[in-house]
Amino acid sequence: MNKKVVLNQKGERFAFQIRLIVAVLFILTMFGVLLGRFVWLQVAEHNRYLTLAEQNRISLVPIPPSRGIIRDRNGVVLAHNFSAYTLEITPSKVADLEDTIARLKGVVDITQKDRRRFKKLQDETKDFETLPIRTRLSDEEVARFASQSYLFPGVELKARLFRHYPMGEVGSHLTGYIGRINDRDIKDLEEKGIYANYRGTDYIGKLGIESSYEEQLHGKTGFEKVEIDSGGRAVRTLSRTPPKSGQDLTLSIDIRLQEMVEKQFGNRRGALVAIDPRTGGILALVSKPGFDPNLFVDGIDPVSWNELNTSIDKPLLNRAIRGEYPPGSTYKPFIALGALEYKLPIVNQTISDPGYFMYGGHRFNDSKKGGYGSMSFDRSIALSSDTYFYQLAVQMGIDKIAGFMSTMDFGNKTGVDLPGERPGILPSPEWKKQRFKNPAQKKWFSGETVSIGIGQGYNSFTPMQMAHATATLANRGVAFKPHAVATLTDPSTGKMTLVEPKPNKTMDWKPENIERIIRGMEGVMTIGTGANVFRGAEYVSAGKTGTAQVYSLKGAKYNANAIKERLRDHSWFIAFAPSDKPTIALAVIVENGGFGAQAAAPIARKVLDFYLLGKMPADPIDKTASGASAIAPAGDVVRD
Amino acid sequence: MISYLWERIKRPIDPALFCFILVIFALSAGLLYSASNRDLDRVTDKVVFMGISLGVLWFVANIQQRTLMQLALPAYVGGVILLIAVEFFGITSHGATRWLNIGITRIQPSEIMRIALPLMVAWFFNQYQNSLNWRHFLIATLIILVPVALILKQPDLGTSLLVASSGFYILFFAGLSWRILAVMAVAIAIGAYTVTHWDLCINILHEYQCRRIATMLNPMEDPLGAGYHIIQGTIAIGSGGLLGKGWLAGTQTHLDFIPERTTDFIFAVYGEEFGLVGNIVLLIIYLAVIFRGLMIANNASTLFGRLLAGAISMNFFTYALVNMGMVTGMLPVVGVPLPLISYGGTSMVSILAGFGILMSIQRDRPLMKG
Repeated sequence: MNKKVVLNQKGERFAFQIRLIVAVLFILTMFGVLLGRFVWLQVAEHNRYLTLAEQNRISLVPIPPSRGIIRDRNGVVLAHNFSAYTLEITPSKVADLEDTIARLKGVVDITQKDRRRFKKLQDETKDFETLPIRTRLSDEEVARFASQSYLFPGVELKARLFRHYPMGEVGSHLTGYIGRINDRDIKDLEEKGIYANYRGTDYIGKLGIESSYEEQLHGKTGFEKVEIDSGGRAVRTLSRTPPKSGQDLTLSIDIRLQEMVEKQFGNRRGALVAIDPRTGGILALVSKPGFDPNLFVDGIDPVSWNELNTSIDKPLLNRAIRGEYPPGSTYKPFIALGALEYKLPIVNQTISDPGYFMYGGHRFNDSKKGGYGSMSFDRSIALSSDTYFYQLAVQMGIDKIAGFMSTMDFGNKTGVDLPGERPGILPSPEWKKQRFKNPAQKKWFSGETVSIGIGQGYNSFTPMQMAHATATLANRGVAFKPHAVATLTDPSTGKMTLVEPKPNKTMDWKPENIERIIRGMEGVMTIGTGANVFRGAEYVSAGKTGTAQVYSLKGAKYNANAIKERLRDHSWFIAFAPSDKPTIALAVIVENGGFGAQAAAPIARKVLDFYLLGKMPADPIDKTASGASAIAPAGDVVRD
Repeated sequence: MISYLWERIKRPIDPALFCFILVIFALSAGLLYSASNRDLDRVTDKVVFMGISLGVLWFVANIQQRTLMQLALPAYVGGVILLIAVEFFGITSHGATRWLNIGITRIQPSEIMRIALPLMVAWFFNQYQNSLNWRHFLIATLIILVPVALILKQPDLGTSLLVASSGFYILFFAGLSWRILAVMAVAIAIGAYTVTHWDLCINILHEYQCRRIATMLNPMEDPLGAGYHIIQGTIAIGSGGLLGKGWLAGTQTHLDFIPERTTDFIFAVYGEEFGLVGNIVLLIIYLAVIFRGLMIANNASTLFGRLLAGAISMNFFTYALVNMGMVTGMLPVVGVPLPLISYGGTSMVSILAGFGILMSIQRDRPLMKG
């Protein structure tokens, strides 16, 4: 740098003047460049721009692309578009809105629901936007309005593409729905810098695949260059850049399987996720109750919206990825695998099981009254011995449990290609420190580790996480990110893009440990808690029942019928089959369904029968399997 | 009595600079009348702002250079504190956090820095004027980088570059070594190459910024989005031709094709209605303002005055260059107004405050030259 010390004023002045001259030269150069640009635009290219501007006053009219179609793995259409006429009103162009609507009623049929929906759209948007008052007009209505349209300034007839979900409620949480673009969507689009691509488009994906694959489904807006007169009316089209349709999606879902499962649930609440463990492709993703996505397409009317939103059954909640439940005993195989991996002494011991476990002066009860007397590692999974797992958890310790379980995405989002997935809770001393404010609650008590061993306590996971972990185990430790979309197809070129099933993690579990756990889970289906439901199955499967406590009755005898239905335990089941080379893995939860074997396992059985053998159950809800009397294998009272 | 008052009023005013400003104001009012489709209310608003700005100019011109020097440090420190406050309590809009709510109105602290930063750096160099060495340049660079980094973080690339350039001009006039200037020129060339190539750009800038630059190079890539401004701006200016379509007769402008035609894109209206001849006239008026400012710098009695006057003049030049470059599609679209012409009060007040400083410096020059 300039180390020279400027000693006198004169020298400094001189140096400054040189700088000034350089600055002037720089200014002249840059303004020269600008001048050159002006000459280029206004002299050399003047005629071109004059043609563009003076003779052809050009306006660019956006042409929205048609939205990609969604199909299931067998080509069954889940979401498509159809063209229909709508009657639209621009509130700012109408003198008396009430009067206009009242007079319109004489021409086309406008229901109370249409009015309410219009009112809601009006509240959400600006007055100069056109809003549909009636959608899907009949040909007769179109003709009637067309002949009288001069009586209705500010009301237009428009041909539009509509989204339709032919399967209705089936798979609604999965496909999601589209809805009108609102101010918040606009802000998001602007921030992403892609708002221009939505000119002329009224709808955007709001939920499910419609939302997570919005970019691919939407396509690219085209535009038409039109000449307009001085009043701004289009005179003729000069050129047209066609829009690029959105990509069609093919899902890994089998919608027949999905439909069958939803029927099995009937009016019960719950969720099921079935995954092909070899690819991570989701075969069915059920969340009950569902809703009809078609209600949202033209804008939902406030009454229907309130009904959905305030229902105690929460039909808009996607339980499969947002419902967080304690896993109950379905957690045991994973903890057991951890015990093997950590080479805990207990895995080679047979412990005595008196039906309870004493720890720190507390008595932790087993669901089997009186206990099994003695219990080994391998039988403990099949019979779901709580006492065994209380001791196993104490030996393993909370840090090892949390460390091992987190590798399977427990307590983390699985990364499924659906919006709004929740991470669940994988409890650990660190988690507790962050979760609670009160210093007394921040501390981890060793007694809390005991109930973690049987999947109770703070544990809380989504059905998606349970299915994902089950699939990872079924696939012998090679994990795939769960995904619902299998391929994307460009409709104009036919070019297909595979949503590639690359393994995203390989666990370093010992093969013999994995097999030992799977043998234990096979035992569940033959001699254990799932044996009754899976009797006579034509394939070898592995599974685990689970019961998640909703309400704990301290010391009292468990009596499901005496407790209000909503306080009954949740019924869990995880399974995969065929157990040596699994092609399907699943997790199912039936809220307030009682014991795992009671409500959840029969659904799992039907899924496996359907998927592996092509058997479609005749009766939606199989009375014999779900009856409480069928759950207990000879002589044992097994809760779980 | 009246003549005394008149003396009192005109004493701090530099007649040449003042005349140029009035010419630009007249032009601006006429142009806004056309751009706003003959909306007299907006023209009235603008004239009111012009009056307020002239008041600010007069007030600042009356401040002694000594006082300006005393203000430098507090203005800079206060500005930095406000910028930090934006970081914590700022109002976010369109993904950027740039404003502070001070009860009656919201302020944008980065605007204050446009004046406070050159003031501070000029004052700093003035303190060490007889013993300047590379350490001082290093410290000055840090003084510049702190607010620039804070503004960049908002994020506001346009303003941070303008604030950085105002600091740079002071370094330049204070005698930043030619070697370093050469290195910077090369760095800028490499940077320009980088940001105009998508693959390289995406590594250093936000995607939307790269898209803006890519669109500038090929506006038809995104004719409805970022390219829209550029296409419509060039059509309007190009169709103006040699003499223009005449005042109030621009078709592009009046058919609503030009977005923001009363603010950042007002030059498109000007170019369409007054043509190449009008553009040359505007360039000449701007040159006159800039050269008068540089002359004041040359005459200033102190290093502080020289550096500050030089930087203020160069700032004005930068604004004009960036705005006209952006409307004619030579530079990416960043929100920079056409100085003294675009509708909008804040920038006018800050520019005229700068001219007030110029006049204050001019008045303080030594009576005897040499």
